[in-house]
Amino acid sequence: MDLRSNPAFLRGLTQSRKVSRRDAFRIAGMSVAGLALAACGVQGRGTGTATPSPDAVAAYWAGKKRNGTLRFANWPLYIDKEGSKYPSLELFEKEMGISVTYQEAIQENATWFGKIQPQLAAGHDIGFDLMVMSNSIQLNRAIQLGYLAPLDHSKLPNFASNAAAKVKNPIWDLGNTYTVPWTVGVTGIAYNPKYIDGEITSVHELWNSKYKGKVGMMQDTQELANFAFFALGIDPDKSTQADWERAAAKLKEQREAGLVRKYYENDYVDALVRGDIWITMAWSGDIFQQVAEGQDLKFYVPDEGGTIWTDNMCIPNTAANPVDALALMDFVYKPEIATMLVEYINYITPVPLTKDLVLANAAKAKGEDKKSLELIANSPLIYPSEADQSRLRVFKTLTIAEEKPFESAFQPIVQG
Amino acid sequence: MKRLTPYLLVLPGGLWLLAFLVVPIIFMASVSTQEGDVVNGFVQTFNVGNYVQAIGDFHTQFLRSAGYGLAGTAIAILLAYPMAYWIAFKGGARKSTYLLLVLLPFFVSFVLRTVSWKFMLADDGILLGPLKAIGLLPEDFHVLQTTAAVIGGLVYNYLAFMVLPIYVALERVDHRLVEAARDLYASRLGTFTKVVLPLSLPGVFAGVLMTFVPMTADYVNAAVLGGPENTMIGNVIQTQYLVGNDYPVGAALSLTLMAATLIGVFAYARALGTENVLAAAAR
Repeated sequence: MDLRSNPAFLRGLTQSRKVSRRDAFRIAGMSVAGLALAACGVQGRGTGTATPSPDAVAAYWAGKKRNGTLRFANWPLYIDKEGSKYPSLELFEKEMGISVTYQEAIQENATWFGKIQPQLAAGHDIGFDLMVMSNSIQLNRAIQLGYLAPLDHSKLPNFASNAAAKVKNPIWDLGNTYTVPWTVGVTGIAYNPKYIDGEITSVHELWNSKYKGKVGMMQDTQELANFAFFALGIDPDKSTQADWERAAAKLKEQREAGLVRKYYENDYVDALVRGDIWITMAWSGDIFQQVAEGQDLKFYVPDEGGTIWTDNMCIPNTAANPVDALALMDFVYKPEIATMLVEYINYITPVPLTKDLVLANAAKAKGEDKKSLELIANSPLIYPSEADQSRLRVFKTLTIAEEKPFESAFQPIVQG
Repeated sequence: MKRLTPYLLVLPGGLWLLAFLVVPIIFMASVSTQEGDVVNGFVQTFNVGNYVQAIGDFHTQFLRSAGYGLAGTAIAILLAYPMAYWIAFKGGARKSTYLLLVLLPFFVSFVLRTVSWKFMLADDGILLGPLKAIGLLPEDFHVLQTTAAVIGGLVYNYLAFMVLPIYVALERVDHRLVEAARDLYASRLGTFTKVVLPLSLPGVFAGVLMTFVPMTADYVNAAVLGGPENTMIGNVIQTQYLVGNDYPVGAALSLTLMAATLIGVFAYARALGTENVLAAAAR
């Protein structure tokens, strides 16, 4: 496969997709709060509530009309593209009579939130009507601070009928009050069969002394903690502070036994390909890219559990064209449109019906196209099996009060 | 007007330093004694506990950074001095070419240079792979994620800052002094230890300042080449700010590092009896 035409590869080159999905304000804090931090300190703004009343939905949408324009902010290479055109958006423009300005404006959750937070706090238009954010502390903050428009689900019939049950009603946004998924990814375990014989399926392999110094773990404390929870049989979402201490001890034991080569950000992929590590925590999309490029790597969701995360579409409450944004949110849940998207994006699609459509397209296609479409439709990394899905858990949504004890339990593991 | 000229000349630079050095340090000092969290805000409570926590939790990383900085600086002197000596005294007409070669790595981004080490030194990479294949190295030998890799990276990235000041000092050594020493029957070694070396010490001192300080505060090398046991204080500070959003402890760590480095440098200057050495180096 020509690498330049491989979207997954390009995406891998151009963005560190996962550098800090779940991280807090971070850069936001640095750039925005940073200067204001002076002598008087920084004022908090935690006033918003998580669930609005039905009235709030009606109140927000009352009097709002379709304007025929939409400004959409997304991540680079995260939508189907032919030359300089976006076929799925062109269909949307034709069918709905809404012209779309599409910009690849988002590189990272923290920096993005840092950019838009001051405008949102001041109640100003951020220049976009629709944006995509991962389930992360930033998204939680945006919800808690009341920055997002509550969605009118009566205008989202395709979402209601076509979205996978698994991706509906997520813990960080009950009832999809503010968000609907754009794509989904999985955190599991990857290994290099060149160094590890036979099939392995357990999370305990990360603690296997055979792989001393060849184990990769993630630096993100929540990702890291989740896999210790799985090893201890704890559901991350239901974990208590006592569980955190036990999980930290489990990770400390792994570290002190010299098993862990390094606590990686997204550079674990190269280390795995090069053989510096043999087995590692990994993100599904990364490994699909490598396999599509011909690397012999294996990915599995551990018997004990793996995690699922989501990039979500949401509408800033200051949007100038929220009705148009809502129309697109629903439009991409049409199976044929979702198919166009997944064939390009190569992450897990929230619309399971697309699998048959991708296979149908593969049957019509020839040569390289046929092969790559079949690879997509049959990949457990894009269409995870029922068995895999049943083992997937969501991240714990940490409250602000929980963040500090959580960090002080797990930060010392990676900060030795 | 004439009397004002010197002040006008210093004005742009002075304002620059005031805006981007002095003011941020004052902000940081203020933040370092505040309490709170990023959502509810930080409040000034003059809480010295942040410093207690910063030093209590992270003294290991402080000491490790100082150790890496010292080791890196010492290795840099050992590598840089002969190099600078050779260029200054034997470089002939090609001196500037050799200096350009010393600087050449700086035309490539710092991070890129460090990342390239990862490929070179991979466990089964182009360097270690063949050596393991012919049995010269044991199978589980590795360089990445070791102390040696981090210190090696530090030396590599800051070597030019040691070579250049030493070169400048050596270049200024008056050759008539060397000839005079010879005339007075000093041996080659005697000439070097009694004449050349003392005259070049200001260069070494400047080199130490320019390498030890950034090496100690560095975090890229530990992040890219280091493992779990190689975390430096720079990495801790970065995490406190960007991951933990604990600005007060991050600020306390930064100020502690700055104070410790300053004290270290002044102690070093005092011990060498070269308080005026900065002036000498600048001459």
